[in-house]
Amino acid sequence: MAQLTKGKTGEWETVIGMEVHAQVIAESKLFSGASTKFGADPNSQVSLVDAAMPGMLPVLNEHVVEQAIKTGLGINSKVNRTSVFARKNYFYPDLPQGYQISQFDKPIVGEGKIEIDLKDGTVKEIGITRMHLEQDAGKSLHDQHPTKSYVDLNRSGCALMEIVSEPDIRGPEEAAAYISKLRMILRYLGTCDGNMDEGSMRADVNISVRKPGGELGTRAEIKNVNSVKAVQQSIDFEVARQIEILEDGGEIKQETRLWDPDKNETRSMRSKEEAHDYRYFPDPDLLPLELSQEQIDAIKKTLPELPDEKKHRFIGEFGLSAYDASVLIAERSRADYYETVAKDRDAKLAANWVINELLGILNKNDQDILDAPIKAEQLGGLISLISDNTISGKIAKDVFAEMYKTGNDAAAIVEEKGLKQVTDTDAIEAVIDEVIAENPDNVAAYQGGKDKLFGFFVGQVMKKSQGKANPAAVNELLKKKLS
Amino acid sequence: MTNLTHMSIADALKGLESKDFTAVELAQAHIDAVAAAKDLNAFVTETPEIALKQAKESDKRRSAGKAGALDGIPLAIKDLFCTKGVQTTASSHILEGFIPQYESTVTANLFADGAVMLGKTNLDEFAMGSSNTTSYFGNVVNPWKGADGKDLVPGGSSGGSAAIVAARGAMGATGTDTGGSIRQPASFCGIIGMKPTYGRCSRWGVVAFASSLDHPGPFARSVEDCALLLNSMAGHDPKDSTSAQRDVPDFAAALTGDIKGLKIGIPKEYHADGMSDEIEKLWQQGMDWLKESGAEAVEISLPHTKYSLPAYYIIAPAEASSNLARYDGVRYGLREDGEDLREMYENTRAAGFGDEVKRRIMIGTYALSAGYYDAYYIKAQKVRRLILEDFDKAFEQCDAILTPTTPSAAFPIGENEDDPIKMYLNDIFTVTANLAGIPALSVPAGLDANGLPLGLQIITKAWDEETAFKVGGVIEEKAGFTALPQTLAQKAA
Repeated sequence: MAQLTKGKTGEWETVIGMEVHAQVIAESKLFSGASTKFGADPNSQVSLVDAAMPGMLPVLNEHVVEQAIKTGLGINSKVNRTSVFARKNYFYPDLPQGYQISQFDKPIVGEGKIEIDLKDGTVKEIGITRMHLEQDAGKSLHDQHPTKSYVDLNRSGCALMEIVSEPDIRGPEEAAAYISKLRMILRYLGTCDGNMDEGSMRADVNISVRKPGGELGTRAEIKNVNSVKAVQQSIDFEVARQIEILEDGGEIKQETRLWDPDKNETRSMRSKEEAHDYRYFPDPDLLPLELSQEQIDAIKKTLPELPDEKKHRFIGEFGLSAYDASVLIAERSRADYYETVAKDRDAKLAANWVINELLGILNKNDQDILDAPIKAEQLGGLISLISDNTISGKIAKDVFAEMYKTGNDAAAIVEEKGLKQVTDTDAIEAVIDEVIAENPDNVAAYQGGKDKLFGFFVGQVMKKSQGKANPAAVNELLKKKLS
Repeated sequence: MTNLTHMSIADALKGLESKDFTAVELAQAHIDAVAAAKDLNAFVTETPEIALKQAKESDKRRSAGKAGALDGIPLAIKDLFCTKGVQTTASSHILEGFIPQYESTVTANLFADGAVMLGKTNLDEFAMGSSNTTSYFGNVVNPWKGADGKDLVPGGSSGGSAAIVAARGAMGATGTDTGGSIRQPASFCGIIGMKPTYGRCSRWGVVAFASSLDHPGPFARSVEDCALLLNSMAGHDPKDSTSAQRDVPDFAAALTGDIKGLKIGIPKEYHADGMSDEIEKLWQQGMDWLKESGAEAVEISLPHTKYSLPAYYIIAPAEASSNLARYDGVRYGLREDGEDLREMYENTRAAGFGDEVKRRIMIGTYALSAGYYDAYYIKAQKVRRLILEDFDKAFEQCDAILTPTTPSAAFPIGENEDDPIKMYLNDIFTVTANLAGIPALSVPAGLDANGLPLGLQIITKAWDEETAFKVGGVIEEKAGFTALPQTLAQKAA
């Protein structure tokens, strides 16, 4: 369902295609052995190849190729048996070779699609046009010296995957869902950490507007869109800008625009006329990349269960709601955690505890599930204690808080603090008798028809048992005794 | 004592082994010869201290019984090979003063076998040229003189290497051959030059001109010496993705002299217009020698030969325009400041590159531009494939191909300068082997009427350098080429 924007002259449809640059998780760069670690001192991770010293030659990192194959398969796309590295020629100080080694007409991954989940519960397919491998550039630093620019080549030569979508995206929500889904898949695959803050995932957004169902409008390419929020904001801004121009009788210029996250606006970088002629040609230092079907099949076998499959399995196997399932699969580590908790236990109860209690407190303290003080097995232990009536749900919350604080097992805490639920009817009856004896007026009132007083008796019994009495047993016995 | 600078590498190795002389004596004799040949301007950088130091170590190794295959042999290294700690310029102002912190694979292989480096030889700037006149450090002079005593070009681009080996200033040298840059100067200077199969010698650490056409290879004064040098230079290098994973055969062992029954192809298209009778005659002479030794002549056709130069002059500049983009004044080499970045780029590259380099960068940039790419680059690549197919077909009929190396002998310095196309025609017989990536050897076969050396070229199929050496060895023996450049002959007299 297309999301439409109202203008002065009626409704407009937004058409969006995205190019996502994802840094490949790899120890070393695409064509050199230099490290790819983020945050090192400037120019401390630069090989002779990365600095484009005379006579240096690129050697393809095979691990990166495997990662690209994995990604291609993970986004349901065709992996091309033959692909070619090409040089994209342009001058810039953070591009030491004077060309970027990329892939042009023969990318490693061809057409495919991914599914995005929308807020109204519908699922939409977004086509993938292609994915190719390319080198990242270095970084120019313009704010370190009044008259000079500095260049940091640590990032120069790191492997990027550029994933290009079809213009199937129809608005900010879909764009956000697309990039989130892509990020989730890459993180599941372990091919990109998806860390947009550190720039390991960046997006260029191609935006145009048209009258619903009309011909495609002229697009603007928005660069430097580096968060999901920025994706949405830049689209909102750009759609409004384009509609205003068109409704005022103007024309959209095909151009590259830059997103300014401080001013919340896009501004022109260069027009189509100023666009570079990159003079692509096959890199003569590298042979065409040939992959065997066996190699592709072997990698296919190593693919993890991907988010969509996992979600459907969670709904089917554990009887979870679509919402709970999607929360649990958002991160592979979270889904793994949940599955450990739920194994041979009440899966719905486990989902409630993971989502409401664990994720709640982790979010509050800005912790990752991998660093949670309560390990999955331990939370599972707590669920077991609830399920076998050793403790009540209410007590369980106290035990959970203690577990989070100390990292101790639930059973040990229950034992140590004597929190075991009392299910022994004799013991409960004794407490009830005490309560009845102490409150003759209320007993009379209750028996006289004041049903609401039942809750008072329950509360008194629970209080006297320090919360350990099994609530169901208390209810049953109280009813019997008061009747 | 024998004249140390006139020996072959093979004999010098024997002499060193039997302690007739030491590596230090051999190095010193060559250092003196280099000093005496100063007028040739063959070197950009001389490294006598390094040579003596390496020679001393070589003598130690030899007395310890640990001598390598080329231990103590003094060589000249084309200044396109990066040498650790020694200025490497590609004969360009833009790299003047550049001192690599790494050693090219080929020179590392030579040094690992004990070779001694006399210095870095002059060349056409970035190996672009056929006369050595495009060097920023001045032209190299051929030790052979014209009839009127005029200074001649040594050929190019590896002119310094060829000239110093011919002048007995080095026992051998490294070169690179992109369109004929080893074979043409070898022919002009009366020595042997070998361009091996593409992928036989690593390009790692060799300043790139045209990556798909650049072939490192050796110069020497005998076919056997050339084979010995190639043995040491060659081999798989994981740092060069285009380097072949193949064993290196014992090339010198191929010099059996036995060519009985070998079929030698004579390409009819190589009878170029305006080729001199002398060269035509020498070519025929070469074939006759081979026949005398039991080989058989076969006329073959390489129909796309006439398109090879045009294709070459698209592909090589296209690759060069991209390969030379790294010389931008940002990280190393020359920088000429400007008001802004663009001006700095323009000033640096305007000052740093010579005319021929600029010409080729412009041709290449144009050929790769949007709208021209298909018409030029793609078409040239198609021609390249056809030329390769020509050779594949030819080698179904023959084992080796015999041609002249060059359409003329060495010409006076300054000639052909006004017309780049005429200069480019120097490569007409050599460039096809670069496009096809197959081995080609130039062997001096005689002198022209002016007493200048002329070479014959033997081309074989990929990875069959052995047949080229074998056939070349027979030509060498039959030709009995013993003439010395006039400069040396006068001294000897």
